[in-house]
Amino acid sequence: MAAATATRTAGRAASAQPRRRRRSAAPARVLLGWSAANLVIVGVALVPLLWLVSLSFKTPASITDGSFIPNEWTLENYRGIFRQSLFTRALLNSLGIALISTALAVALGSMAAYAIARLEFPGKRLLVGMALLIAMFPQISLISPLFNLWRILRIFDTWVGLIIPYLTFSLPLAIYTLSAFFREIPWDLEKAAQVDGATPAQAFLRVIAPLAAPGMVTTAILVFIFCWNDFLFAISLTSTERSRTVPAAIAFFTGASQFAQPIGSIAAAAVVITVPVLVFVLLFQRRIVAGLTSGAVKG
Amino acid sequence: MADIVLDHITKRFPDGRVAVDDLSLAIADGEFVILVGPSGCGKSTTLNMIAGLEDITAGELRIAGKVVNHLAPKDRDIAMVFQSYALYPHLTVRRNMAFPLTLAKRPKEEINRRVEEAARLLGLTEHLDRRPAQLSGGQRQRVAMGRAIVRSPRAFLMDEPLSNLDAKLRAQMRTEVSRLQRRLRTTTVYVTHDQTEAMTLGDRVAVLRSGRIEQVGTPAELYSRPVSVFVAGFIGSPAMNFLPATLEHGELRTPFGPIAPDDRLRRLLHRWDGAAVGRRSLVVGIRPEHFEDATLPTVRDRPGPRFTITVDVLEPLGSDTYAYFTLKDDRAPAAGLAELAPGEAGLSGPAGQVVARLDPTSRLREGERAEIWLDTSHLHLFDPSTGRSLDAGPG
Repeated sequence: MAAATATRTAGRAASAQPRRRRRSAAPARVLLGWSAANLVIVGVALVPLLWLVSLSFKTPASITDGSFIPNEWTLENYRGIFRQSLFTRALLNSLGIALISTALAVALGSMAAYAIARLEFPGKRLLVGMALLIAMFPQISLISPLFNLWRILRIFDTWVGLIIPYLTFSLPLAIYTLSAFFREIPWDLEKAAQVDGATPAQAFLRVIAPLAAPGMVTTAILVFIFCWNDFLFAISLTSTERSRTVPAAIAFFTGASQFAQPIGSIAAAAVVITVPVLVFVLLFQRRIVAGLTSGAVKG
Repeated sequence: MADIVLDHITKRFPDGRVAVDDLSLAIADGEFVILVGPSGCGKSTTLNMIAGLEDITAGELRIAGKVVNHLAPKDRDIAMVFQSYALYPHLTVRRNMAFPLTLAKRPKEEINRRVEEAARLLGLTEHLDRRPAQLSGGQRQRVAMGRAIVRSPRAFLMDEPLSNLDAKLRAQMRTEVSRLQRRLRTTTVYVTHDQTEAMTLGDRVAVLRSGRIEQVGTPAELYSRPVSVFVAGFIGSPAMNFLPATLEHGELRTPFGPIAPDDRLRRLLHRWDGAAVGRRSLVVGIRPEHFEDATLPTVRDRPGPRFTITVDVLEPLGSDTYAYFTLKDDRAPAAGLAELAPGEAGLSGPAGQVVARLDPTSRLREGERAEIWLDTSHLHLFDPSTGRSLDAGPG
């Protein structure tokens, strides 16, 4: 018994030495591992994007040469797409539809979120549950019914026809994000505003809304990106330049001749519509991360 | 300026809990009334009902003679100071204080004049362009006060406005609140759980207990003639000592020995309906200052029982000395005592512990035996079954 304990202690003492050495080596190796993994992931994500940028600067003749850095640089692809009304009109549609949807989603979403965060009303849980349900709904399954419905209602191929489904899917997101922000505003502030002589609307506009502004900006960016990037609704619910957005319009690009591939123009258009989103995300990246996680973890 | 009348006010929450139960209180114009009680006694709910932030389930609330039960807070013309101060973090001090006036659409010059006047009164002039986050706790508290006084409302409601401050600042702000109210003479309802604030600030104090008013009176009345064990234990620091006693042959048998009742006590005992039905046990309440070191020349010749105890703990505070000692007998079991939250009224000590406030010249020492004199002319007697004072009549 005593002997066994002794050997065990001895063994432990012996093993302590290499373990200590291993511990000092471990952080370096972990760091190396993580860096490698990060590099791989960034590479996987960035290479296609950079390739797209590279394609957009290539001449039609050199487009299939397979070199990552263009041998002949040209801005012709960019000039070309901006000469076509197909693209310029689509850019206008995209901007208009995305901005209107965002404004509506934030306005309606903040009212709903405020009620959810502050008030007890019958059916509150049901409302929150329904909102979540809608967000989970596979969009593709809605396309055929919406297509028929929109034609009957005569809003097929209109801005409204796209704004409505965009609102449907972005409102749950907006409500969830915003109610997390509203919950963090102390209720006393609102009581104070009321006692100070504010109507509920004034209390909301003058006290609560300014404090929830960061949340609203975050929500606006998330909703804007969702609407801006959508392809499914845009391709299915539009048929002409009247309301076709850029992601859908790109599919209609044609080459210079019947036999030429419009790869250069597509690449240029893709780069053009990526830029605003990229700028937004870089400017507000901290806020977006906060918005995405604020519903999940308190603080 | 206005009087506030609470006429049989009841508040029942949707879950059925009754927070305020048939509460009636008339607050005169310009009066400073304190609502005091342990947490959960309904004092904040009462204040919120006066402000209009909570609906009134039953009863009538009148401000300046007008029923305001269904008036929105903004139409009641009252100002409120919150425990959290509730300053608008996105506005400067100036705009925080101007907020009620801006909402009322007053002319700009008037707003400026009144904000600056209030700032001067509260010593905030140099902080007017800062944000609340840049201010200290005391300054924030002042801004909250400033926002309340700037529009000369008909009444101030204050919900534990000093409880977030440290002890020194709290004492300082307490005098400031008092001075401010005396100067402005605005009707004020002040909620606190701190008995010191209650005693020092108010013209009148209402002690609340589970949604009902236990006693209303001037601080001196509450202190010298508490109607129940609850009030007696809540008001005063250190708290009153409660000891069991029995009535035998017209004499009070207490853990200190027998006490022959004087005229006042005899009259109380005579009136007591408990005696008529043959009950003999009572609770004796003794304020700490009614004990004294029996060796001191000031009490050497005064009548009254003297008894020997062993001092457990001695707290010399300079102006007074608190002596804690234990008596064999248990703490008085009386209705209402248990409700005083532990620690809040100094009742958290071990059973039977008694605290005496002695003259600082007393030579008592910890752990030594000492002779203590008791001034029986200030004894309080309570009925242990109801917790009511014998002096209060039937509750």
